[in-house]
Amino acid sequence: MTLQILLNLLIAAMWMMLHDTWNMLTFAIGFVLGAIILFGMRRFFPAPFYGRKFWFLLKLGWLFSIELLVSSIVAIEQIIRPRLNIQPGVFRMQTRMKTEWELSLLANLMTLTPGSVVMEIAPEDGLMYVHAMDVPRMKKGIIRTKDKFEDVIIEVMR
Amino acid sequence: MTGRETIESIVVVMVLIGTVLSLLSSLGFLRFPDVYTRSHAATKSITLGILFILLATFLYFLFVHDQVSVRLLLGIIFVFLTAPVTGHLIARSAYRYGVKPSGAQDELAADLEKAKKRASALDK
Repeated sequence: MTLQILLNLLIAAMWMMLHDTWNMLTFAIGFVLGAIILFGMRRFFPAPFYGRKFWFLLKLGWLFSIELLVSSIVAIEQIIRPRLNIQPGVFRMQTRMKTEWELSLLANLMTLTPGSVVMEIAPEDGLMYVHAMDVPRMKKGIIRTKDKFEDVIIEVMR
Repeated sequence: MTGRETIESIVVVMVLIGTVLSLLSSLGFLRFPDVYTRSHAATKSITLGILFILLATFLYFLFVHDQVSVRLLLGIIFVFLTAPVTGHLIARSAYRYGVKPSGAQDELAADLEKAKKRASALDK
């Protein structure tokens, strides 16, 4: 994977040198060309083509933007309600994440999405303690969001 | 409407959305009952507000002044990296300091006690 990205950067740099123009646009064209070349030669590499991971990274970004939008709307709806009607609380949540990178990525994403702030992580037990704005109404939604994120993070990281 | 006016009106709407979001989340900051619910207001809507304002600035410079300002995009990335970490850290340290969350459910307290006992047993 790292080898493929390095090769791609090298091809892009080479493209810039061949054109003798040093700007972002030439580099981008070279990078796209390099990606096409690497995609054509993907069967000769021991690791699968890195574009696949990149695709899942884009998907994660897309999923995240939607969740962020929804979460802000939910939060604001509660803020502008004349009488606060929430039951905050802390609950426990299983996670499939193992390494530090995966855990911190998931915790960051969860903190930015619907009504949940990650308060404590117990990596050895695979547990996360989440503070939710409104436990009875939101718990199911939070766990569903977490499952969605986990599926994509596993595709990106492993 | 010319192209430039269209872009400018989109930018105006986005900045407006951003400011309204920031204003509302600061209101939430005043209204919510305790530290933990306030950290919700501080991490979510404010980041979206900043995202809208910075993105609008980026679009304005891109289409009206023909300048790609990578710094604005970097700003978005860094706000998105740091805001959840701050929210998490504030909530965590408040809990460890002994601030009780309002609301009925608290599954962390018992488990934290257990972990502390386990740690002190290991020390001995």
